[in-house]
Amino acid sequence: MSGIILPGADGVLFPRDRAWHPPANTPGYKSATFRAPRNSLLSLGGTASELTGPTFGHSSLNALDNDLIRNYSQDGTEAIGQRLIVYGQVLDENARAVPNTLVEFWQANAGGRYRHKKEGYLAPLDRNFGGCGRAITDADGFYSFRTIKPGAYPWPNGGNDWRPAHIHFSVFGHAFAQRLITQMYFEGDPMIWQCPIVGTIPDKAAIDQLIARLDRHNTTPMDALAYRFDIVLRGRRSTMFENKLEGN
Amino acid sequence: MLHPVPRLRETPSQTAGPYVHIGMTPNFADIRGVYASDLGASMLTPDTAGERIIITGRVIDGAGVPVGDAVVELWQADSNGSYAAPMGPGSNVAPAFTGWGRQPTDADGVFSFETIKPGPVPGPDGRPMAPHVALWIVARGINIGLQTRLYFADEADANATDWVLGKIADPLRRATLIAHREDGAPPRYVLDIYLQGDRETVFFDV
Ligand SMILES: [Fe+2]
Repeated sequence: MSGIILPGADGVLFPRDRAWHPPANTPGYKSATFRAPRNSLLSLGGTASELTGPTFGHSSLNALDNDLIRNYSQDGTEAIGQRLIVYGQVLDENARAVPNTLVEFWQANAGGRYRHKKEGYLAPLDRNFGGCGRAITDADGFYSFRTIKPGAYPWPNGGNDWRPAHIHFSVFGHAFAQRLITQMYFEGDPMIWQCPIVGTIPDKAAIDQLIARLDRHNTTPMDALAYRFDIVLRGRRSTMFENKLEGN
Repeated sequence: MLHPVPRLRETPSQTAGPYVHIGMTPNFADIRGVYASDLGASMLTPDTAGERIIITGRVIDGAGVPVGDAVVELWQADSNGSYAAPMGPGSNVAPAFTGWGRQPTDADGVFSFETIKPGPVPGPDGRPMAPHVALWIVARGINIGLQTRLYFADEADANATDWVLGKIADPLRRATLIAHREDGAPPRYVLDIYLQGDRETVFFDV
């Protein structure tokens, strides 16, 4: 995947389809009211500053970074909750695997409580659960981690709004313009369709991309269920060097 | 002529939520022991070449309230104007300067990076762009990460011919991207990021 990136070549990434993403201002999600820019975005097309980006070596990770069941253990025992394997492939819009890219994730505990000083939900903390982890994709773009299923939780928005069970994701890709933060939901959860944050996404087919599928095949018997969540990052319109050779 | 079209749709963005510090700067959020240090907290090594500077500012919402639950990421060239080459899968050797940093905002909305002044990078027209850093801002209430740039006020000549700044006709809008310099050791470049309102920062579709 090491094509030559021409500095400043216009349109090297596919333009972002902003109608597929949530708009900045979303009245149903009130936190956006004073945080949504009102001016339209200035279109750059991408220069070297956006077509390059940070990368991270596998050696920068610790063995437990992708094990939320054990990576915050205070007393040697494991986090409480429904044990899960969450895994998936990071791809680009050309359906090519994105290897060696950092994926970070964070979540509430099994009761729906975050380990954060501003969190006010009455569900108790789990002293052995911190709620964060990370992984780097392998040569085929796959990441995986172990965790417990996060609980649903109430939040101050419309008076009695509840978040469906979800895991937050941060993905880098290989260009700063591919940087993405999103949330993963669980197949079959009726609360997905009542959530104002999910509802910031206009298209149901786009929401469907955020729903992880139960994967019985990758279950660990007598231990953990598996959910698969694939992530698609923006792709390059062409790998410049190869296509030049072909006379494109 | 080939006109490539995407085969897959990009995964849609969602807000980073109120607890992004748990995931991206857990030590800052008092979750200790999972990572030795927060990723991107330190950009410099003793071997980093270039002029030491501090880049700092606040993130402020449309009501004038500091945003205390944001994360700001910074991506920049080295002092020669080169971006760090990608690390290989087995790489153990971190470069002397990766060019990437990540900082949380504190309760006053303040972020701060200790870094070096970047060199000029070639622009799309082949001429150098003015020295700048790329910034990416996420927080509760931001549905898709905001991309912008920070330029340096003491590079007035380079700024005057910069390819990106030249696209912004309104001088008041252009000024939202230019950090002023405060002398010191190291010097500080200060720029507040306004998410909304009369002084709203120029954000990019990159
Ligand atoms: Fe959440």
